[in-house]
Amino acid sequence: MIEFTIDGKTVQAERGESLLKIATEQGFRIPHLCYHEAVQPYGACRLCLVEVTQTSHGRKRTKLTTSCNYPALEGIEVVTQSERINKNRRMIIELLLARAPKAKRLQELAEEYGVDRVRFPTSGAESDHECILCGLCVQICRDVVGVDALGFTGRGVNKEARPPFGEPSTECIACAACVEACPVDCIKMEETHTLRTIVRWERTLPMRVCETCGYPFAPTFQLMHFAKKIGKSLSDFRVCPDCR
Amino acid sequence: MQPIRSVKQLESYRETLRKGRDPDRKIISVCTGTGCKAYKCDDLASALQAEVKSQGLSDKVEVVPTGCHGFCERGALMVTYPDDIFYQKVKPDRAAEIVEKTFKGGEILEDLLYVDPVTGKKIAKESDIPFYKNQQQELLAAGRRIRPDSLDDYLAIGGYAALAKVLGEMKPAEVIDQVTKSGLRGRGGGGFPAGVKWKTCAEAPGDIRYVICNADEGDPGAYMDRSLLEGNPHSVLEGMLIGAYAIGSTQGYVYVRNEYPLAVSNLNAALAGAREAGLLGTDILGSGMDFDVQIVRGGGAFVCGESTALMASIEGFVGEPRAKHIHTVEQGLYDKPSNLNNVETWANVPLIINKGVEWYTAIGTGDVSTNPWGGSKGTKIFSLVGKVNNTGLVEVPMGVTLRQIIYDIGGGVRDGKKFKGVQTGGPSGGCLPESFLDRPVDFDELTKAGSMMGSGGMIVLDEDTCMVDFARYFLNFLRDESCGKCTSCREGLERMYQITNDICEGRATPEMLPLLDELAEVVRDASLCALGQTAANPVLSTLRYYRDEYEAHIFRRECPAKSCKAMIRFSINERCNGCNLCLRNCPYGAITGEKKKGDTYKIDQTKCTQCRICFESCKFDAVSIDTGVMR
Repeated sequence: MIEFTIDGKTVQAERGESLLKIATEQGFRIPHLCYHEAVQPYGACRLCLVEVTQTSHGRKRTKLTTSCNYPALEGIEVVTQSERINKNRRMIIELLLARAPKAKRLQELAEEYGVDRVRFPTSGAESDHECILCGLCVQICRDVVGVDALGFTGRGVNKEARPPFGEPSTECIACAACVEACPVDCIKMEETHTLRTIVRWERTLPMRVCETCGYPFAPTFQLMHFAKKIGKSLSDFRVCPDCR
Repeated sequence: MQPIRSVKQLESYRETLRKGRDPDRKIISVCTGTGCKAYKCDDLASALQAEVKSQGLSDKVEVVPTGCHGFCERGALMVTYPDDIFYQKVKPDRAAEIVEKTFKGGEILEDLLYVDPVTGKKIAKESDIPFYKNQQQELLAAGRRIRPDSLDDYLAIGGYAALAKVLGEMKPAEVIDQVTKSGLRGRGGGGFPAGVKWKTCAEAPGDIRYVICNADEGDPGAYMDRSLLEGNPHSVLEGMLIGAYAIGSTQGYVYVRNEYPLAVSNLNAALAGAREAGLLGTDILGSGMDFDVQIVRGGGAFVCGESTALMASIEGFVGEPRAKHIHTVEQGLYDKPSNLNNVETWANVPLIINKGVEWYTAIGTGDVSTNPWGGSKGTKIFSLVGKVNNTGLVEVPMGVTLRQIIYDIGGGVRDGKKFKGVQTGGPSGGCLPESFLDRPVDFDELTKAGSMMGSGGMIVLDEDTCMVDFARYFLNFLRDESCGKCTSCREGLERMYQITNDICEGRATPEMLPLLDELAEVVRDASLCALGQTAANPVLSTLRYYRDEYEAHIFRRECPAKSCKAMIRFSINERCNGCNLCLRNCPYGAITGEKKKGDTYKIDQTKCTQCRICFESCKFDAVSIDTGVMR
């Protein structure tokens, strides 16, 4: 265990643990969009900026850095709120809001941080719930679900998270983990009694219907994927978790 | 050749090489660097070789096609040793005459000599030409005397002596100590002390360590590393070998742009030569050290010059940077301790070992005896381009002033125009005005001034450059090269580009100026990697030193440099003598008038596209450009 301070309060943690994780557990509020405890910190949204004072090579320096991927180190001093931090957070919220003006989570953050207007032209009607490139869908699909159906293409503002070649996904199992994880709700899901569609990836798959209650409980491909993972067969999943 | 198995064998082989070379034999060194290739230097070299042979001078004269000589402005170039006669703008068809008159007859061909633009005098000797006279070539000099792909040539001028010294006499820790004491700082731009980096890497836990050479030079207009790799690849390789020994690495990588085919090919030749001679492989020079180097060719993404993105790219992933809270010297390539330095840094290493810390620290600024950040030592290669008379590669000691580089070496601003600024450090460097010309050039001074050393790009701007347009140009480059991972860099650069574009096109509102200020600071402070953190420099520095130009654009719709099309209008003034050249050249038929003196030519503003052709073709200065007139 090592010791360091967050806003003056001494805390103990494992060396190398995520500052954001520790701070959140300790009750400090640090905003974030691309951080999810199920995956490695990615450091893309830049909202979780904090100030860290550290001595290295004999020089004491304070820097602005993201807390999600900053490792807990002995003796560092972490500040989670300051005018400098807020100034940067406000601009980041404004930049993201210009990209995805209708995202509820961004609107809430804007209100919290007093971002009362967006000074950049927004791209117009089509930017309804636009992706903010937080990367959570890509990471979760790859590292948690283990399907790796998504990736990044392009650079700069032309970067996109999508299935290979921009074509409808052929790998997606419609598990909807990405739908759940997306902080700006830009990955929509539609369900009928027998089909589930992940709209953004243009993937429609049949649902498995519970043999007991007759209710569709999971996409067949998802069940096949997990059955394979745990060494069982699809026939082991005839009934929904409620009826099991 | 037989592999060289010991330091002793290396020295005796070197001795044999030297004895086999006639010291009285004259050398014609022909630059065959990439710049001169455009001037048919390869044809020139072969024509000279053929002439030397056919005129029976093979015993007395040797033609050596070498790497870049630096004075690209004057290509194709050749210089003779030991006479030091410098011929410029040489065409292949002059080969016979050169060999006959200069080498048989001892006559100097006047029309091939360099003419000093200041004095108007012809200069015969290379060492008398201001461009060369005011440089201190330590890294580039060797490359002008050797065939880049020849190990023998490199050995004959003392190559791999530093490696021999290190393997024969020094412990790894002593090597690191020497490099630290030399004050060598990373030439890729960061200026991190190389010795400190090496030490951390050597001490990081783990059994596998990598050394990496960053040759992903991507700055528009900069080619220092390219020329070093093309001209003297063995010097870079020797530096890497010494680093590998010091750190305890058995595998090295050179990450080089695929757009540098000559560098790749010369480096491959160097690797093959070194392997054959036993300078790469197992038990190098009988020391027990194993080391080899692999070339990885990059696809040309600017961001892959960033160390973590570069390592991701070597591993086969998308070149996206990651946060360096855990340094790459501890967890880098394949999560192993990795020591990355750029081409020029590696090339400095043999020099330090051969000539010693005392010699090296005598060059440059500050005092590094107790603090490796205490100064900038050694020389630095700059690629001097833009509106300067002598464009090319220049190597100077750290601490010379910008004025010395731009005026003494560069010959000042082109066409008698007024100096406006100089951008140092590549696309994400800042632009410094005239008041900084007498500041010394080193890592810390440039950073203090709001610019940076970068990897050594230096672009000179004259009075015709609009500084808002300048900022817009680099923002356009950077927004395209941003990997798009982090919000501040991706969105921030795009928005800054849009704002500068609005300013240049006359659409800006007064609120845009403070917004640009604010945005630039956030991009600098909040971005993930060095690309984003420095990308705002062109904006921050121009806002700081040329704010009046932004204000003129926004508040008065004026472009002081008369360059932004939306804010200028062309007209024909009373100096017109009716020659009608403008009328004939105008591609849009916007000019009307009769070909006679006294007639008033007119430009139809509805047809004019501000292409500047009339302005540039007029011999009588009769085309005026007005600004501040919204059309």
